[in-house]
Amino acid sequence: MAMQASEIESLIRAAFPDATITIEDLRGDGDHYACNVVSSAFVGKTRVQQHQMVYQALGGRMGGELHALALQTSTPKGG
Amino acid sequence: MLDDATKERIDADIASEDVVLYMKGTPVFPQCGFSAAVVGVLTHLGVPFRGINVLEDDSIREGIKAYSDWPTIPQLYVKREFVGGCDIIREMYETGELTEMFQTQGIDAKPS
Repeated sequence: MAMQASEIESLIRAAFPDATITIEDLRGDGDHYACNVVSSAFVGKTRVQQHQMVYQALGGRMGGELHALALQTSTPKGG
Repeated sequence: MLDDATKERIDADIASEDVVLYMKGTPVFPQCGFSAAVVGVLTHLGVPFRGINVLEDDSIREGIKAYSDWPTIPQLYVKREFVGGCDIIREMYETGELTEMFQTQGIDAKPS
C-alpha cells in the first residue's frame, strides 16, 4: 500500500514542528520517496539516532506500507 | 519480537567479523537495490565483510530490526556497532566519513 507525500510530511511535522521538510516522489508511484528533514531537534544526535527519530514519527510505517524512503537528516546551519 | 536464542545468534554473528552486513541476498547476488548499494560501497573501498542473508531466516530478518531498533535492511555493523542503513552508508561514503571510520577502526579501506 502506498502513502501520500502529504501524509508523510504531516506525520514528520507533528513530531518536528520546527522542521524544514522536503519530500520528493522519486518514481511518481507513491512508493519511492526521498525525504530531507532539517530540524534543531537533531542537534547533538548521531545520524542513526536522527533517523530513528524520524522512523518513530512515522509510527512503524517505515519498512511496512512505506517501502522506500531515502532519508537525509541535518541540523539548521548558522544562527 | 527478539527472543533470547535469536539475540544470542546476532551477538555471535556481529562479533564473527569486523564488518558484517545484514542484507537481502548475498554479496555476490544481492536481491534488493539498497543491499546492492551497500555491497557496492564496501567492495569499492576494498573492505572485507561478511554478508548475512536475512531472506534465508525469518527470525533473523525480524530479529535484527528489533536488535538495532531499525526498521529496514540492509544494516551494517562494524566491530559490533550498528553504523547505519543504506542512506547513512551512502552519505558517509560521499563525505569521506566512511573511509575515515574504517581507518580509525584499524580496517583497511582505500580512500575514495
